Amino acid sequence: MSRRIRRWNGAVLTVALGGALAAGCGAPGGDAPQAEATGTSPSSAPTCGTAPVTLNGYFETGFPVPKDLADEFTKQHPNVTWNIREDQFAVITQNAPRVLADDPPDLMRLPQVSELVKNNLLKNLDGYAKAFGWDSWPASQLQQMRMVPGGKTRGEGSLYAMGLNFSMTGVFYNKKLAAKIGMSAPPATLAELDDALAKAKSAGVPPIAQFNGGATGGLAFPLQDLMAAYGPPGPINDWIFQKPGATIDTPSNLEATRHLEKWIKAGYFWKDVNAVDYATMMSRFIKGEGLFMFNGDWESGNLDKQMPGDVGFFLMPPEQEGGGQAAMSAPLTFGISSRAKNADCAAFFLNWVATDAKAREIGVAVGGSHPMGPADAAMPEVKAGTVTASTLEAGAKIGKDNGAMDFIANATGAIYAKSWTPQLQKLVAGQQTPDGLLKSVQSDYTSQVAGS
Amino acid sequence: MARRTPKTRRPGPARAAGLRTPSWVGWLFVAPALAVYAVFVLRPIVLTFQYSVYRWDGIGSSTWVGLGNYGKVFTDPDLFATILNAVKLIVFFSLIPVVLGLVIASTIRRIAASRLALAARTVLFLPQVIPLVAAGITWSWLLSSTGLVNQLLSHIGLGGVTRAWLGDFSTALPAVGVIGAWVLLGLCTILLLSGMSKIDPALYEAARMDGAGPIREFVSITVPSLRQEIGVCVTVTVIAALASFDIVYVATQGGPGNATMVPGLEIYYLAFSERQVGTASALAVVLMVLVIVVAIPIQWLTKDRSS
Repeated sequence: MSRRIRRWNGAVLTVALGGALAAGCGAPGGDAPQAEATGTSPSSAPTCGTAPVTLNGYFETGFPVPKDLADEFTKQHPNVTWNIREDQFAVITQNAPRVLADDPPDLMRLPQVSELVKNNLLKNLDGYAKAFGWDSWPASQLQQMRMVPGGKTRGEGSLYAMGLNFSMTGVFYNKKLAAKIGMSAPPATLAELDDALAKAKSAGVPPIAQFNGGATGGLAFPLQDLMAAYGPPGPINDWIFQKPGATIDTPSNLEATRHLEKWIKAGYFWKDVNAVDYATMMSRFIKGEGLFMFNGDWESGNLDKQMPGDVGFFLMPPEQEGGGQAAMSAPLTFGISSRAKNADCAAFFLNWVATDAKAREIGVAVGGSHPMGPADAAMPEVKAGTVTASTLEAGAKIGKDNGAMDFIANATGAIYAKSWTPQLQKLVAGQQTPDGLLKSVQSDYTSQVAGS
Repeated sequence: MARRTPKTRRPGPARAAGLRTPSWVGWLFVAPALAVYAVFVLRPIVLTFQYSVYRWDGIGSSTWVGLGNYGKVFTDPDLFATILNAVKLIVFFSLIPVVLGLVIASTIRRIAASRLALAARTVLFLPQVIPLVAAGITWSWLLSSTGLVNQLLSHIGLGGVTRAWLGDFSTALPAVGVIGAWVLLGLCTILLLSGMSKIDPALYEAARMDGAGPIREFVSITVPSLRQEIGVCVTVTVIAALASFDIVYVATQGGPGNATMVPGLEIYYLAFSERQVGTASALAVVLMVLVIVVAIPIQWLTKDRSS
């Protein structure tokens, strides 16, 4: 090899590496939008106008409600067309910050909003709330989507997202299997539920259909229900909303976790629960491989179709008969990017979803969940005796008991996959104690809240 | 290749005609590829180094933390455990495919003429054609509590050991390893088989005349002649073990607990779920260094010294 070639070698490599290095100069980040002091306050309620508008939507795959609503909206407002991108919820969760920063959609299905608000990626909706009168709806519907601007605490402050409807969890049961063990009515107390579980076990009926595999610890559903049976929902919400000083490691939550461990040790869950994912749980429950299933009303429509007349639903029974009941209840959250081009039209759509009769009907029939909106808004007709009817009825009871909680998995962006899930899987395998579980989740929570 | 045939020493047409091209012209041809390489390979590596010394959520402003993220990789037991898991996977991803591949390849070579050899080769190579994600999904069905593996076990009277292989703390990592071994076995077998076809049959003949049996032939002729192919197999499979992601993601997502969490998956979770881009980058750098540290000695050990 000649000397000249070697010199060239060096020169080209230096240029290439130099370019590569130059690309990496300076501290990363800092390209986030600036904070909006308050929400824009339009003098009158915004509309989509009459000129052609294309709304950019980023929706969740396998969830037909938003798409059906979008189609109906276009039917009623022909000047609005949609450009919809769909992904799985896990993908949306991971993409949310970068998509909102780089390629802002007008309307996006959102995960937990805290981190997005902190980086000013979401539009402050206070102005719209005022213009459309959302402020006069029951406060609990919007609470989970409120945040102190730039602050950490959720549950109060400005509105940063809206729900298409709000879902709620409880216990589904297989009526045929219930009859087999002589259970004629849903259990009224935790002790009665325990009794039914024991009866099912001894009758050879798998007592609980639940998932707990992969990165999704489904035992968080019964655990949070047990927490609600043993203690008030307020402190749990405070913890989820990152109120300063809040802890999940409380005496009543410890009792709840011990109760869950008792169920595990009694063999009420499938032996392979740690290898079961959500879809497998659903197919096995539909096949009749479980008396109870801790899940949410988003499955009501599906179960009414798959097992018509054979499924019942009840809220987690309280510890004492007649006690207040609580449930995980969260809106199907959608946000507007702080850089959205058609924010007004997107907000108009969100208001339409809650107030238009046809839209509310789609929300219930397709989504199986309670529509958002004023407390006295007309409820769409639901066929009596269906699971959808009983979940809507249960929703009213939760409203009366003021028992709505967000999901304990939504406390921080990483708490579900990195704390609840591995810890609950260890609890199943006998590698973790209830006390150790709560302490470990709390310590992860503290570092996650402080760290990011 | 080490053994050059005399043919390659013949002067090329350009040289024969006495043409002389300026040496920089070669670089013109390389430039587009080099530019792509710089932008899509070198730049991300440099950026990863840069991110690894900051605390950053991927969007907002970042804070300089020096080597703090690296300290975390080695002191956080959860993060360090992922590296140990990757090292354990080497047994399944590398040792089993290479050893078994040698045995299978020499068996196929012995029956080379029969149709069975062709069928065996096709079946063994099949995993290379199937996307890893599909392989992961298929195996998670096979290994589920009601899957084929457990049905077979029950059938032969081993009902007592049946379990959800991918959901059990003690068996999840080996189960993932078995999937990896299955995927990589075919690659190793085909590589070794093609290496064997280059061995001079006279060597075997001579050995047989000296009274060597199949095992002696295998140990004294086949294995030493395949030094380079074995080197390639070991390098590729060890890197596959250390940098594993897709199989684990599809089969277990790192669970149960963190029993099958590997660095590749942890980097992904750290960056996209926990939004700790700095720590994720530090772990990525550590993983890259680990791969280099492991791969270079393998290359050195298996180098053909006859040239």
